[in-house]
Amino acid sequence: MKIGVFVCHCGSNIAGTVDVATVAKEARKMPDVAFASDTMYACSEPGQDGIIEAIKEHKLDGVVVASCTPRMHEPTFRRTVERAGLNKYMFEMANIREHVSWIGKDTEANTAKAIDLVSMAAAKLVHNKGLTPKSFSVNKRVMVVGGGVAGIQAALDCADGGLEVVLVEKTPSIGGKMSKLDKTFPTVDCSSCILGPKMVDIAQHPNITLYTNAEIAEIQGYVGNFDITVNKKASYVDWEACTGCGLCTEKCPSKKSRDVFNEEIGTTTAINIPFPQAIPKKATIDAEFCRKLTNGKCGVCEKICPTKAIRFEQQDEPVSESVGAIVVATGYDLFDHTRYGEYGGGRYADVITSMQYERLLSASGPTGGHVKRPSDGKEPKNVVFIQCVGSRDKSVGRPYCSGFCCMYTAKQAILTKDHMPESQSYVFYMDIRAPGKMYDEFTRRAMEEYGTKYIRGRVSMIYPMGDKYIVRGADTLMGTQVEVEADMVVLAVGAEASKGAPQLAEKLRISYDSYGFYMESHPKLKPVETNTAGVYLAGCCQGPKDIPTSVGQGSASAAKVLALFSKDQLESDPQISEVDIKRCIGCGKCIETCPFGAIEEIDFRGMPKANVIETICQGCGICTSTCPQGAIQLQHFTDNQILAEVNVLCQQTLQQSFE
Amino acid sequence: MSADAATELRIVGFLCNWCSYGGADTAGVGRFQQPTDLRVIRVPCSGRIDPLFIMKSLINGADGVLVSGCHPRDCHYSEGNFYARRRLEALKNFLPILGIDERRFSYTWVSASEGQKWQTVVSKFTEEIHELGHAPQINAERLAQAKAAMAAM
Repeated sequence: MKIGVFVCHCGSNIAGTVDVATVAKEARKMPDVAFASDTMYACSEPGQDGIIEAIKEHKLDGVVVASCTPRMHEPTFRRTVERAGLNKYMFEMANIREHVSWIGKDTEANTAKAIDLVSMAAAKLVHNKGLTPKSFSVNKRVMVVGGGVAGIQAALDCADGGLEVVLVEKTPSIGGKMSKLDKTFPTVDCSSCILGPKMVDIAQHPNITLYTNAEIAEIQGYVGNFDITVNKKASYVDWEACTGCGLCTEKCPSKKSRDVFNEEIGTTTAINIPFPQAIPKKATIDAEFCRKLTNGKCGVCEKICPTKAIRFEQQDEPVSESVGAIVVATGYDLFDHTRYGEYGGGRYADVITSMQYERLLSASGPTGGHVKRPSDGKEPKNVVFIQCVGSRDKSVGRPYCSGFCCMYTAKQAILTKDHMPESQSYVFYMDIRAPGKMYDEFTRRAMEEYGTKYIRGRVSMIYPMGDKYIVRGADTLMGTQVEVEADMVVLAVGAEASKGAPQLAEKLRISYDSYGFYMESHPKLKPVETNTAGVYLAGCCQGPKDIPTSVGQGSASAAKVLALFSKDQLESDPQISEVDIKRCIGCGKCIETCPFGAIEEIDFRGMPKANVIETICQGCGICTSTCPQGAIQLQHFTDNQILAEVNVLCQQTLQQSFE
Repeated sequence: MSADAATELRIVGFLCNWCSYGGADTAGVGRFQQPTDLRVIRVPCSGRIDPLFIMKSLINGADGVLVSGCHPRDCHYSEGNFYARRRLEALKNFLPILGIDERRFSYTWVSASEGQKWQTVVSKFTEEIHELGHAPQINAERLAQAKAAMAAM
């Protein structure tokens, strides 16, 4: 075999701490290496052309590129060797940037390590085989998980692109957090006026199937062919029959149910429609508070319902859906402010969260848009906003910036003045983070036009004084302690990953970070892709975002789905397991261990043998390390290939120490 | 940095492509400095790691072997790391019988986002191997001893 080795300088990224010329020189001495050189940027056009030229000139059978991580440029270089007429799997990468030059400053040690990594790659390459991908057909339907603004946008874009869309939302209505907002920054336009029409579009679009009050139970399959079980939770109302007239909600005698939509400021009835613009506008019974479901006495709604839609006996119902791609837009949750004991959240009635305040400001909220103190219903005069509650604070495990709190606080301060011209707002802040278009101008308006007093510093405690509250904190610009008398305190809570996000990630086989936010495939260049082909991300499930960014990501993921579905056939990854039928003894151990059910038993001349179903195999190789015979081998990661790497690495030392 | 940069030891790392290899990449991108002793072999899943690979490494002269995969319940292949955990735990128990110091082998879970954790894991493991020093050569006599020990079980 004739191998070519190309050692990349990556500018000074690698060449700064690795002697690339020496690596290339040493590579030339390795067995089977016919050509080796160093190159400034292997991934650039001249770099790739140089590789192609060398393949042709030296009649190379395989190529090793020593550069960055294969997670970055393996596909790039595979295409390069393919353009030179080689099979694209006759290629190996040695990661001498992320794993060498960037983590050590000792040139000598780095160079030695780089040489080792190149020799391992070359040793593995000797055992490589050309692999050919197979084609399989694509189911051109898409599932969007989460019906907030990001999911709505993704669903509409896909549906407008001609795809069949299944939208799954876990609460009884779509709309997400945005539907709870009164106004949006920096335009101060009405949230439901811009979101409402989109929600209606979802309901009316012929290409969209909507499941609300439903959750993902199980996901099987792979890109192009996912089989998903959706669990439709019991609403105890036949939604086919329910017209959303609301008679039942008027007559329901159980009025202590949690009003989730209004952030539990006040209560609602056990049978309720979450909010007037809900899509679908259907009633749902809260089983915990329904008198009929808890003690069997009542049934008023059943008697009064004009369409006889009440079904107390209703059970959760599983529904199967087949799709080719999944967009995850499960959003975020708000930080639990009661974890800050010193702010008195949960103890003092008038210390509320920003979202609760949003509901008080909203004309469709529990107070009809009149800001009233929860404790006594009086209109507050001094409103104090406290920023970074559950953001940029290591002590509560939230060291990240939630991004939108500065902006919504400025908006709420402006709205407070609009609602109550006699009022005065104070904002305790750490930094003002307003990097978006017209954002900084907006916060300045809050200060200059609306007279909001911004105080830079953390609040140390809040305590009641008569029917008011004293907010004590530092003013770090003045270098003094300050105390502000407040009628009401609004905590600008940050964002955290949606509850249950890790559990869903496990079903989707995607990664999440230590906070539970889903991980994109590449932080810069693949912001909406995941490491699982066919699964895309949109909105806050990937990290806190404002509305424009969430909408942008919704559209971006839709574009990815449309691009994926622009082909009728997809190519399968040929790095899958292969059975050596002569070695297989038909013990069935591989069938038992395969997590995907990709191995079946077949009859081969009267003997049981294993057979890999190509389209289902994901290429994990668990079967390969299970097989007692070594009869099933994961292509491109065979025992021989991995052991070749081990041998070249370890026997060298053995030889050295014997000397 | 390594305990003694002049005498680098041979440490083999088997890393799953999705979590720990990504974590090692993240550590690189974040310029988290690490000892240079460890060389990484990339495998698709920690479940792909045959205990044989680890034995071959140790018998062939590796001073230490580190395996790292996705956190339990966060496997790209659903459950590969559970298979890995069971196999590696069994292997760990066998090492002393074979006359190999079990401290030379360790396994851990590092996700793709945990660059800093990877730095800690590598630095700590390398330090431990440096404390143990070069692995004694496994010659015919030692292999015979191991065989006898296994036969006696």
